[in-house]
Amino acid sequence: MGIRIVKLPDVGEGVAEAELVEWHVEVGQSVLEDQLLAAVMTDKATVEIPSPVAGTVIALGGEVGGVLAVGAELVRLEVAGEGDQEVAAAPREAAAPSTPPAAAPAPSPTPVKPPAAKATEAPPAEPRPVARGFLGPPRPAGEKPIASPAVRRRARDSGVDLRQVRGSGPAGRITHDDLDAFLRGGPQPSGLRARVANTGVETVKVIGLRRRIAQAMADSKRRVAHFSYVEEIDVTALEDLRATLNAAGRPDRPRLTLMPFLMHALVRAVADFPEMNALYDDEAETIERHGGVHIGIATQTDSGLMVPVVRHCETRSLWDCAAEIRRLAEAARDGRATRAELTGSTITITSLGALGGIVTTPVINRPEVAIIGVNKEVVRPVWQDGRFVPRTMMNLSSSFDHRVIDGYVAARFVQRIKALLETPATLFIEE
Amino acid sequence: MADIAAKVLVVGGGPGGYVCAIRAGQLGLDVVLVEQGGPNGGLGGTCLNVGCIPSKALIHVADAYHNAVKQSASTPFGLKVEHPAIDLLRAVEWKDAIVGRLTGGVGALLKRHRVKIVHGRAEMVDGKTCRVETDTGPQVVRAEHVVLATGSEAAPLAALPFGGKVISSTEALSLQTVPERLVVVGAGYIGLELGTAYAKLGAKVTVIEAEDRILPAYDAELARPVAKHLRALGVEVLTRARAAGLSDDKGALLIDQEGTTRRSIAADRVLVATGRRARLTGFGLERLDLTTNGAFVQVDERCATSMRNVWAVGDLAGEPMLAHRAMAQGVVVAEVIAGHRRVFDGAAIPAVCFTDPEIVTVGLSPEDARRAGRAVHVASFPFQANGRALTLGAEDGFVRVTARADNHLVLGIAAVGAGVSELAAAFSLALEMGARLEDIGGTIHAHPTLGEAFHEASLRALGEALHV
Repeated sequence: MGIRIVKLPDVGEGVAEAELVEWHVEVGQSVLEDQLLAAVMTDKATVEIPSPVAGTVIALGGEVGGVLAVGAELVRLEVAGEGDQEVAAAPREAAAPSTPPAAAPAPSPTPVKPPAAKATEAPPAEPRPVARGFLGPPRPAGEKPIASPAVRRRARDSGVDLRQVRGSGPAGRITHDDLDAFLRGGPQPSGLRARVANTGVETVKVIGLRRRIAQAMADSKRRVAHFSYVEEIDVTALEDLRATLNAAGRPDRPRLTLMPFLMHALVRAVADFPEMNALYDDEAETIERHGGVHIGIATQTDSGLMVPVVRHCETRSLWDCAAEIRRLAEAARDGRATRAELTGSTITITSLGALGGIVTTPVINRPEVAIIGVNKEVVRPVWQDGRFVPRTMMNLSSSFDHRVIDGYVAARFVQRIKALLETPATLFIEE
Repeated sequence: MADIAAKVLVVGGGPGGYVCAIRAGQLGLDVVLVEQGGPNGGLGGTCLNVGCIPSKALIHVADAYHNAVKQSASTPFGLKVEHPAIDLLRAVEWKDAIVGRLTGGVGALLKRHRVKIVHGRAEMVDGKTCRVETDTGPQVVRAEHVVLATGSEAAPLAALPFGGKVISSTEALSLQTVPERLVVVGAGYIGLELGTAYAKLGAKVTVIEAEDRILPAYDAELARPVAKHLRALGVEVLTRARAAGLSDDKGALLIDQEGTTRRSIAADRVLVATGRRARLTGFGLERLDLTTNGAFVQVDERCATSMRNVWAVGDLAGEPMLAHRAMAQGVVVAEVIAGHRRVFDGAAIPAVCFTDPEIVTVGLSPEDARRAGRAVHVASFPFQANGRALTLGAEDGFVRVTARADNHLVLGIAAVGAGVSELAAAFSLALEMGARLEDIGGTIHAHPTLGEAFHEASLRALGEALHV
């Protein structure tokens, strides 16, 4: 038997370190070649690290939430045969198509035990399914549950409030089996439905994408002099145009949302206001104005906010924009978006869709200097030509970096976008 | 000196602090323990240096001497011992050797778990920084987590400040000679343990107590055999009496007893054992502005104080001030810091009183249970009917079991008798596991042992006693 040390491979261009976001193995577990060892995160892309060899895990190189340098020891494996060679595992890029698992390990004198199903123990941060909290307590209010210290410890480890667990033992004592049954989520007779004060406190470590988001947001708010500007826009004509285009329903074209039109308006507006499509390096005190309009689209995913980038919008048609947004949003939600697809924006749009609210105060995607927030559309009576008429109205809430953008310029920029969206034909007039 | 940075800083090397440090070390945390020293380096705190261990050593010496003296007269079984004598200095040396072995052992355990020990007085600068005055100058320790384990100290009486003839339990454990006349103020467990020991070593002991009986923290039934033995030893117990100060010539203690005029009791030493108070000052704790609960630092079930990442264990975190409670809390805090979900949730904390005879209690007394609105079965079994007790010549005392009447769940167990402290383990385990009377009745107890009385008391509560 020998020892093989699997090192953290170079997971992305120029990245010196990566955060450990998930272990797929634990000490003592047997792994097959190509079986996933861990997931690490660089910028916003998650990269999975497969094992280069079969063996038994004897040590892990860190804890979830920790940061490992490229080349640092990720996993120590005990392997059959010689093992002194240290190897770097090939990263499995998140975007790469996942290869089907090998049908069977290569036959060997001592077949490697297939990995056990992922540890049954729930990770501490995982909240219990909510439904259980609504079950009535299995004993009168105020009465302490009876359970041995070992059962109490297990319950605490798995986040179970023993007051919710029915005990089958003498005097209602809760046994290990009762706890197992509860953890399996077996039906609990409802019994008394007295409400029990929930005094539980759960500490959830801020790691991975959430940590990145938290750092980026705090950084942006701390360093950028935000100011927000809200303007209402009459999108009645734009909605008519959108409905007409969508009604044509060509199968080779995606359905249009408001977003591609707004992107078009941005491309037009930044041509007149190049200071908006810019990155501010506040340490070097320089502003990089970009010719290409690379629009970041703030996207909600299961793990948190990501900002995939539609590059070179100045070259794209409405439908190109729509298709690219869709492709990137899906990739981001599936965790397949690459580093390149998540970086390099020059201005950002954020939209909460139907939840858009009346006004928002978007946080600038630093080092950009402007962000355009889309609020929800509402049909409202508007006083026009001596009478009320129903119009589809929508607010744009936009934030700017006041260090380099003056309020007057920001207002004119938004007025330009407003003019373009209110008379959508102008979006398409070549000058 | 360069600052030390650590994950965990433990202030105080008593049972709470050192156990927390060892457990944290086992869990791979980087730990610094600050201990302000003392004759044995201070590790082990009150328990090892001036509490549990030396007092039990002294009690053992006193018992051995007392038995020898009794046996020089006559024994029921015919042993004869001629002219026993006691060399208290030699006994104190023996006691100190035991303490030295144990404190040395604590030091070795800490070292084995890579705990860094800084000797000196700690002064908290803020919730993460501590300045330690060491022999070689100030040392700053910065830590992510601070565990306060500063313990407690003997509380003086305003009328009887410590000094001269007036001593605390600490001095009482290192006397060079047996005082001729010892007055003990306070008939709680500390006063009675030491008072009994000195009575057995030949002192004329008077105990004064403000309440109307000895051991007011225990129920009267348990205190009764102890009172009987004190009488047999010639210890005078004055209840409803308060110490008013020393007489002008310092030769006697003035006391005010209900219903009588002030009187004086001649004393060579006055041992004040009226209680202990949490040590909350002298460490800069006031700078942390922690929420307090009476005279203690307030902690939640994880031993967390009102300040994030500042924890408190042991005596300064409240009653009962017992070493084993502090140790259990120390383990909880170390595991919480290491990221485990833990709370201090023991079903019962046993309490032992090393008087003659010994008392042990776990869980609720019958009165406690009734006050909580429970219908209970209570049964006791006397050691008079226990074979082993008779062969030890120790027939006083009993084991008493209190259980719920409806489902027989055991709520409390108490015993008084020679050597019953060793039954504490069985009692605690029964409560912790949620035993019913039938569980204890169904457990085979070794014969002949004192533990059979526990078995019989449980059977008796079920109406199935075999030996009464």
